[in-house]
Amino acid sequence: MTTWADAVLVARLAAADPHGVGGVVVRAGAGPVREAWLAALRVALPSDRPMRRMPGSITDARLLGGLDLPATLAAGRPVAETGLLAETDGGLLVVPMAERLSPGQAARLAAILDTGTVRVERDGLGRCHPARLGVILLDEGQGDDEAVPDALADRLALHIDLTDVPWRDAVPVDDPSHAEASDPGAGDVLGALCRAADALGVVSLRGPLLAARVARLLARLEGRAVPGENDTIRAARLVLGPRATRMPTAEPTPEAAVPEESAPEETTPEPDTPTEHEETSASLDQRMVEAARSALPPGLLAGLIAAGVRPRQPRAGKAGAAAASPRAGRPLGARAGDPRQGRLSLVDTLRAAAPWQRLRRTAGEPQGIRIRPEDLRVTRFVQRTQTTTIFAVDASGSAALERLAEAKGAVELLLAEAYTRRDRVAVLAFRGLGAELILPPTRALARARRGLSALPGGGGTPLAAGLDAAAALARSVHRGGGTPVVVVLTDGRANITRAGAAGRTQAGADALAAATALRADGVRTILIDTAARPQDTARRIAEAMGARYLPLPYADAGAMRAAIRAAT
Amino acid sequence: MIVNGSTHAVHREPASVAPPNAETGVIRATGRAKPARPDTAPYAPAPSFPFSAIVGQDEMRQALLIAAVDPSVGGVLVFGDRGTGKSTAIRGLAALLPPMRAVAGCPYACDPARPGDLCHLCRDHAGGLKVHTVPVPVVDLPLGATEDRVVGALDLERALAHGQKAFEPGLLARANRGFLYIDEVNLLDDHLVDLLLDVAASGINTVEREGLSIRHPARFVLVGSGNPEEGELRPQLLDRFGLAVEVTTPTDLPTRIDVVRRRDTYERDPEAFCAAHAGADAAIRETLTRARAHLPSLTVPDATLEAAARLCLALGTDGLRGELTLMRTARALAALEAADTVGVDHLSRIAPAALRHRLRRNPLDESGSTARVTRAVAEVFAP
Repeated sequence: MTTWADAVLVARLAAADPHGVGGVVVRAGAGPVREAWLAALRVALPSDRPMRRMPGSITDARLLGGLDLPATLAAGRPVAETGLLAETDGGLLVVPMAERLSPGQAARLAAILDTGTVRVERDGLGRCHPARLGVILLDEGQGDDEAVPDALADRLALHIDLTDVPWRDAVPVDDPSHAEASDPGAGDVLGALCRAADALGVVSLRGPLLAARVARLLARLEGRAVPGENDTIRAARLVLGPRATRMPTAEPTPEAAVPEESAPEETTPEPDTPTEHEETSASLDQRMVEAARSALPPGLLAGLIAAGVRPRQPRAGKAGAAAASPRAGRPLGARAGDPRQGRLSLVDTLRAAAPWQRLRRTAGEPQGIRIRPEDLRVTRFVQRTQTTTIFAVDASGSAALERLAEAKGAVELLLAEAYTRRDRVAVLAFRGLGAELILPPTRALARARRGLSALPGGGGTPLAAGLDAAAALARSVHRGGGTPVVVVLTDGRANITRAGAAGRTQAGADALAAATALRADGVRTILIDTAARPQDTARRIAEAMGARYLPLPYADAGAMRAAIRAAT
Repeated sequence: MIVNGSTHAVHREPASVAPPNAETGVIRATGRAKPARPDTAPYAPAPSFPFSAIVGQDEMRQALLIAAVDPSVGGVLVFGDRGTGKSTAIRGLAALLPPMRAVAGCPYACDPARPGDLCHLCRDHAGGLKVHTVPVPVVDLPLGATEDRVVGALDLERALAHGQKAFEPGLLARANRGFLYIDEVNLLDDHLVDLLLDVAASGINTVEREGLSIRHPARFVLVGSGNPEEGELRPQLLDRFGLAVEVTTPTDLPTRIDVVRRRDTYERDPEAFCAAHAGADAAIRETLTRARAHLPSLTVPDATLEAAARLCLALGTDGLRGELTLMRTARALAALEAADTVGVDHLSRIAPAALRHRLRRNPLDESGSTARVTRAVAEVFAP
């Protein structure tokens, strides 16, 4: 978690060199703490630098710029309108609700961050404006399934989490001067940061590169010519810490000759007095990793220790399958078309007709704008109507392992068709004491294979927990604008209660309650009875959740897919 | 609106020939003597990262060079992790390409050596055509571009100010004989993708609108980059690319440090860094020029053709496109390496890039398409 002091430091860094650090991902709900942070940012940013907000509904015309229609018509020559991005040159662009950014908008921002220029090829104009800006992504996502697009987050050096900062702490801080009078030169800053990134499992090379920029910026802010050890360590904490995907091993680098003897958690050396440390690069590496580790959220650490897997898997673009729709949804620009088959976009129609006015004007005719059929523009809308099929797979001992193999097969077959069907697929497995999200909603075959290959089996049947998890995921899909379909593969023989205790009767009652809740959510469901001899238990659960019941004792992947396709 | 090459297209000054200078962007000449407008004062971006300074990513670099040697291989698709230098390599290639001869003042940069491919302006031109040397265009298609800018449309200024009906060429015209680069190709609007496919297949762009009836040559090498995590590409578009390469972030520490160090040095002083690598870039340019000259004399022996056919048969690739690309890319590779003949060795080395995106999906095959091609190569070409 980020402390308020760190958050203020981050604000100063972002304000000092917006384009250099790329910007900040701010995870926090709307509230006084976030407002206080934004106020601190505004104060830190020189007053002649712009700080603009980008509403989520912004059109390309406003974002990138284009033809200024009223001015063009008035002046009788093309007049360009500057977009929001070019107007923010040298400053900061604040993006509220960044977790809902579409991949397209994220890619536009990423291109700006990469090139520092905005290229406009619109409305008969070709322009190139400087846009050396930083981006502040206000991430209001809850849980792991909602977050800002990875491609964009990767380009922003600083990530902070204000969720747990008490609002009492969020007071203006005058220039926090933890400036030591002297900070010994860190030597090979880049090499050290690369090694630290490696130890923390930061795959993208932008991590160490951005950390190096932050280290230099820290030094510059505190009046040093070259970054010292402390600057480097702080940069590692701020930039690499939030990107960490694994616990640093005891031996962070192959070059580090000094063996690591102590359990690092308790004996974290506070790197304030450099005299305590050997001035070797190995010890600097070690301290950097320690500093970065202290920035890891506690939950992440616990999860890492327990599971030993990458906690943050790459996420597919959230709205990747947004389907164009003729009349409803979010507007997505305009294209030539017949207004009888869509909604007329008046401004775009006028824009298309504007250049022709002088050519069409003939003497003696009444004045007025002449619009011909080929000028007509209809608004394109995007509506997220894609289906997300959630497979809740009983991976307990009773539903033998071959069921898992069949479920895997069905998921992969569905995925292969996902592109044309614009569907996404997610897989939950429940066994032992609870449910686990094996495959977050995705359309990417490569990821699906990776996720499925590790699907475990065995243990009790916590059917209630499985259904609850499926319902939660279905709600999250629904919130994102998608249509969830839950496919439960089970034999219905629940023997683990919601509380995690063994007991067939209570487990059965809990499963029925969970099934009823799922029905109350109005989610379309299918229950595939995988028992060798179908029994009433599974059928009763299917009835409780209003599911289509498919007894498939010998289901193979192909038959299962056919059944699901018929049902959805 | 065509003013200055360096502000519109990807950076194009050849690194060692002349210092970056607004006048070397010869694209301004293609605007048919249109004066530069004062409201678009050039904003010159820093020179692009030198192609020769890219660490690793051999497959991507090789594929781009092959497309530069023989544009008929049909484009390169670069898919890979974030931050692997996809855009960097393509922008670097732009700075490296040897210049080409073109008709002076032609908006499509027609090739004077190929009278059959001339545009209507050059055909109608009375008297001899003036010829000059221009950099190969590498045109960036930004996300959010509108259709009229891509295909070309009515010249706004002349229509509004003078009531004249004139065609202003779009990005496709500017990309003729060069490269059209689409970053995040998987995020491009569907209607633009359809349009591009149509033009890329025919080599001709057609604009029909209210008395404007223009057909002009638009032969370009499509270079796309993207991240498969953002969603997969439509199979129809996938098939249009001759070569598909996958790039990954290097995992060994010394390479990673080297990459970061070079990037950092470049960012702190782009001009000095580019100057330091100008010699290496020039060497690659020299290789390219020689390979292009060598290419027509290279024939593909029957044994190699037969081997290509057997490989495609074993992999069950659809249609002849795979076989044709395999043969052409192997020949371009041989030309790059100044080989005397195109051998099975060239085939097997280029096969993954030429074929991996043409395999029919087999979701139940756990191995990736690259592994399937490699396996087939090993089986088919086993001694």
